[in-house]
Amino acid sequence: MSRIEVRLKHRLGDFDLDVAFDAPGQGVTALFGRSGSGKTSVLRAVAGLERTGQGLVRINGEVWQDEKRFLPIHHRPIGYVFQEASLFPHLSVRKNLEYGLRRVPERQRRIPFHDVVELLGISTLLTRATPRLSGGERQRVAIARALLTSPRLLLMDEPLSALDHAAKQTIMPYLERLHDEFAIPSLYVSHDPNEVARLADHMVVLEEGRVAAEGEAAPLLTRLDLPLSTYDDASALLEGFVSSHDHSYHLTWISLQGNRVAVPREDLPVGRHARVQIQARDVSLSIRAHADTSILNILPARVIDTRDISPTQVLVRLELEDGQTLLSRITRRSAIGMGVHEGMQLYAQVKSVALLS
Amino acid sequence: MTFDWQPVWLTLKLAGTTTLLLLILGTPIAWWLARTHAWYKQALSAVVALPLVLPPTVLGFYLLIMLAPDGPVGRLTQSLGIGTLPFTFEGLVFASMLYSLPFVVQPLQNAFEALGPRPAEVAATLRASPWDRFMTVVIPLARPGFLTASVLAFAHTVGEFGVVLMIGGNIPGETRVLSVAIYDYVETLEYDQAHLLAAGMLAFSFLVLMTLYLVNGRISRSHQP
Repeated sequence: MSRIEVRLKHRLGDFDLDVAFDAPGQGVTALFGRSGSGKTSVLRAVAGLERTGQGLVRINGEVWQDEKRFLPIHHRPIGYVFQEASLFPHLSVRKNLEYGLRRVPERQRRIPFHDVVELLGISTLLTRATPRLSGGERQRVAIARALLTSPRLLLMDEPLSALDHAAKQTIMPYLERLHDEFAIPSLYVSHDPNEVARLADHMVVLEEGRVAAEGEAAPLLTRLDLPLSTYDDASALLEGFVSSHDHSYHLTWISLQGNRVAVPREDLPVGRHARVQIQARDVSLSIRAHADTSILNILPARVIDTRDISPTQVLVRLELEDGQTLLSRITRRSAIGMGVHEGMQLYAQVKSVALLS
Repeated sequence: MTFDWQPVWLTLKLAGTTTLLLLILGTPIAWWLARTHAWYKQALSAVVALPLVLPPTVLGFYLLIMLAPDGPVGRLTQSLGIGTLPFTFEGLVFASMLYSLPFVVQPLQNAFEALGPRPAEVAATLRASPWDRFMTVVIPLARPGFLTASVLAFAHTVGEFGVVLMIGGNIPGETRVLSVAIYDYVETLEYDQAHLLAAGMLAFSFLVLMTLYLVNGRISRSHQP
């Protein structure tokens, strides 16, 4: 039985944490919420860093905490990546990496030192003093250090939030590769829908210490009753596969069962699974399918529901022909002018599509 | 003029022993004070800081009463077969420890508080047991605090006078430390000897403090991220 089961009840001052969720024992589960929603508290409780009065933490059938038992942190097979890299400043990069590794019995080591160092691209940093690393380098070392304990559960507390945009962009591919190569089930705390879109398979949405929703990541990202859709960079995730390459115009077509969208050319084999992200602000609506437009990606869609997100803007949730959902953010003036209503057939004009994986 | 080195060696022995024992005793107290939210934390902090404000004679007086053969501690030491402590070297060590306790606890407590819980938490997630993480992460990172604590405890013990006079007296080779020896020389108008010891103390104290500032300055610079 491969599951992450978490039930926590905890009062901290006037903050009341009461969460219960089950996550799959594989892949990445995002704990998503605004600051103060309790996501870090949940992660700390799963790690054993916080002792909650009542709780159950059971990982793949193994009880880490229940009414009778509380497994101390250093006996839990976790890897924890903190928000700031928290490398030990008195140790070199190599010694930092070996700190956890040396404390794991040899027969429990499943992840070779060399592989981790290679994957995170830190082989040239090994002899460096930790205070001399850049923010991105530090976080890569911290991730490697956690991985080297061969954890059975990886806990990440907004590992990218302390980094600037450029550093984030360089680390993201490492995180994606990490999940592909080591297949360690992970809980990933984030308040950034983009990170969730790129990394998560499953999602638990937290609001004020409660679970607001949980399930597969893609449908939750577009639900209008959840806070994610109101974010400025709200987006939808679509699953498809690489259908063909357009050599003359340098495009790659991604098939979405019946429809297709174009992305800038990527060197990927035809037939490979592809996940694309489409921002709500990049989708405009039209009643007829226009041929006289510069926009390449035009998808027939049906309106599921709408929500006013500001006095000027409306968010429209659309269902594509294959059942996947798309978000569109348009002005309220246009929505009323076009008479947008539930069940209405429209064409979504997608200005830009990002290929995630 | 023959120079009597005995008070110097005795003083160094006393200060060394006191410092070592205080580091062992003071570290857990400082760690507890830095971490706890117990309501009696402030009371305990005040008790630890008392020797800072009390005249040494007051401390020495109470110690004398407590350590005396019919005092509470005196009875205990006798029943343990140690005998009585006043006017012995061991008694001086005991008194010096109390007298210099705040000079060890406060720098360590500050160092632990500045460190915060994070480094130990990180070590815990990397499978280090509580003792392991204290030894391999907390102590190395709190090194400037330990250095300050050691130097202050050592120097403060070297400089003590009132407590020694009350509890130790003036027994050559046993309790006659530097400060008492200087006092003695002045009483007996042996100003040359007094000058030597006093000037030596002055130079020693300056060197100790200067070294402390230099080393601490370097450590904090090298640990800047």
